Amino acid sequence: MAELKGWKELPLGAVVLEPGSSAEYITGTWRSRRPVRDEEKCTHCMICWVYCPDSAVIVKDGKVQGFDYDHCKGCGICAHECPVKVEAHAVTGKPGKVIQMVEEV
Amino acid sequence: MAKQIVKALDGAKAVAEAMRQIEPDVVAAYPITPQTEIVQTFSQFVADGLVNTEFIPVESEHAAMSACIGASAAGARVMTATAANGLALMWETLYIAASLRLPIVMSVVNRALSAPLNIHCDHSDSMGARDAGWIQIFAENPQEAYDNTIQAIRIAEHPDILLPVMSMQDGFITGHGVERVEVLEDKAVKEFVGEYKALYSLLDIDQPKTFGAWAFYDYYFEFKRQQTEALSKVPQVVREIGKEYGELSGRYYDLFSAYELDDAEVAIVVLASTAGTARVVVRKLRQEGIKVGLLKPRLYRPFPGKELVEALKHVKVIGVMDRSIAFGSIEGCGPLFLDLCASFYTYGNGKGPQIVDYIFGLGGRDILPEQIEGMVKELLRIAETGKVPYRVGYLGLRE
Amino acid sequence: MTVETKINLKELASKPEKFAPGHRLCAGCAEGIIVRQVLSAIDEPVVVATATGCLEIATSMYPNTAWRVPWIHNAFENAATTAAGVEAAYKALVRKGKIQDRNVKFLVFGGDGATYDIGLQWISGAFERGHRIVYICLNNEAYMNTGIQRSSATPLGAHTTTSPAGEVIPGKIQWRKPITEIMAAHNIPYVAQASPSHWRDLMIKVRKAVAADGPAFINIFSDCNRGWRHDTATTIEVSRLAVETCYWPLFEVENGVWKLNYKPREKKPVEEWLKAQGRFRHLFQPKFRHLIDEIQAKVDQEWGKLLERCGEKQ
Repeated sequence: MAELKGWKELPLGAVVLEPGSSAEYITGTWRSRRPVRDEEKCTHCMICWVYCPDSAVIVKDGKVQGFDYDHCKGCGICAHECPVKVEAHAVTGKPGKVIQMVEEV
Repeated sequence: MAKQIVKALDGAKAVAEAMRQIEPDVVAAYPITPQTEIVQTFSQFVADGLVNTEFIPVESEHAAMSACIGASAAGARVMTATAANGLALMWETLYIAASLRLPIVMSVVNRALSAPLNIHCDHSDSMGARDAGWIQIFAENPQEAYDNTIQAIRIAEHPDILLPVMSMQDGFITGHGVERVEVLEDKAVKEFVGEYKALYSLLDIDQPKTFGAWAFYDYYFEFKRQQTEALSKVPQVVREIGKEYGELSGRYYDLFSAYELDDAEVAIVVLASTAGTARVVVRKLRQEGIKVGLLKPRLYRPFPGKELVEALKHVKVIGVMDRSIAFGSIEGCGPLFLDLCASFYTYGNGKGPQIVDYIFGLGGRDILPEQIEGMVKELLRIAETGKVPYRVGYLGLRE
Repeated sequence: MTVETKINLKELASKPEKFAPGHRLCAGCAEGIIVRQVLSAIDEPVVVATATGCLEIATSMYPNTAWRVPWIHNAFENAATTAAGVEAAYKALVRKGKIQDRNVKFLVFGGDGATYDIGLQWISGAFERGHRIVYICLNNEAYMNTGIQRSSATPLGAHTTTSPAGEVIPGKIQWRKPITEIMAAHNIPYVAQASPSHWRDLMIKVRKAVAADGPAFINIFSDCNRGWRHDTATTIEVSRLAVETCYWPLFEVENGVWKLNYKPREKKPVEEWLKAQGRFRHLFQPKFRHLIDEIQAKVDQEWGKLLERCGEKQ
């Protein structure tokens, strides 16, 4: 861990100058299960994106790219709310939704 | 020296006049006796279009300081005023304002804290807030109240400081007392206070900042140390601003003022309007050959202990007059006594005058010249006999 | 007020995130979901004030901040007043030509503790003075940040640590304070209730609130899986159930006109919503079952009154 700054170096009044600096903190280590997506069957409806508390659904050019596993806490909301059904998930092989939760190794 | 006009103003109107000339960006205030006239007078200025200030008529004093904090963090120049229980109500926000390093200027018209409810003058209100990290300055009369308000802006906003300032005057005695006040021209005041450029601003949309983060035990301490550092630079800044103001107005200001102190054997140390009464007593006693002097502190926080010790160390006995009790302190003394004793311990090499505390004027109890004279006679007795009958006495109390 | 009601999630998802990850909100916390929905619905630059509480603590642990917009925390009860001060400063500085007018909007986030209880006066004062601020209450029905204590938003029968379910007393004995109604009684231009489960409705409401020419208030249902005791994955499901049982109706009051935004096709019994949460588990014991009927009666009473106010058929 980096050396903490002394009082002479810190910005006055505890103002945080860098917006979004929390991104450097890895909350991915919190989870005990992780979401996995069947990329082919995904319709890019964005429902997982609108329901993620941790901005962990990566979207680019109107398509879901994947999950930010550095920050995903494994809550499972995306898997629970995903509206698209699959018969055999590309990753888990199980029937269910496009997003399924698997045990974190 | 700039051109000035003499006006008949009470302390409250004098402060309101200074505020009009400073023309802050935002004023958020709530009425409370005896400050009400400041807010009323200023409101009229706003209604008449004489100030370009956003006036927020808040619903409580806590809301007043809360709004001031928001406005100041947004980079605005912010002023307000309060007294007594109003000041007490905003207690948590006082600490927040100072810790967030916001240069808010607040006029406090000293009034006793309840209970019992009492609207008259004593210093319990601002003394109760002396640990909050604000700079505290006391005025003796409406002229000083006017002058201090203008200087307070420069002190607060000084890049080495960036701390809020509380500018005091005695409730009713000064606040409602009409006196001659020499008022600068609007232009001169504007030039003196200049423009305010905030160090960090909430309205910096392109480089967004977070204000008021919470800090764990791994960081909190360092921010408090920063505050102490800033406070340590205040006396120097107060002197510089006081000198600059003197060049402008002809009235020079320092950390304290002394009267007949150089060769004094006994001295009175007292804040605010009572210093005026004490000065009359000193002059009378000097005519009788008594070597008594007066020291009136102006800057109270940070306490200019070093300078006061330097000015008082030659004296044999000091009578401190405290217009509030720091309840539970040794012998039931007041805060000025505590600060002065600690100063002699720290800067006086363990040697120093005998110091006795006199509590007076609580709840607006009048203080008469003969009472102060009686006190001086007692100081002289102590000087002569070396015997201290009590450490804390009371003037004007019915036993 | 007319606002853009078209919401294209793909478009919104292509804009940079104003709320960074790495904050310390619990897994599955509705507050994170709500803040993201709110911020993505607004195009104008915003300054956000937040009251002490879960959101404030989780997003501003020095030196981390999850905020990519200007943000201030002052104290617990005064977020509304703080925002009012910022708004006043903005007006003054723009009027004096010291800063450019960029049509900045002022948002406030406060929990139910800050809104219903300790901060009620401050909000009321700011609303009376007409500041153009949007106050969003994140209602998780208790003081969650300090460990699940009751607030006046906690419903009848809920277990909290200061209204615990015991042998003799079955949780909180008072019904919740009708805060949305109280805010509407201030006659401010826009008041609404929303839920992140119904994100389209929520986002349109946020836009209306931001466009309002005066104070606006939105009470948003903010599920807390930790305090309400359910799996982290069912946050949105439980929120949806609250709406479907009419426990948390979705309505708005625009310039004094009440309008119902969602009427469930089939009004589910509130028991279904209670059953989904551990904080109501004790109500299913025979000796406390009557409380479920009391809760249903209260929900029905409020729903009936709301339908009447909104000119809807019962």
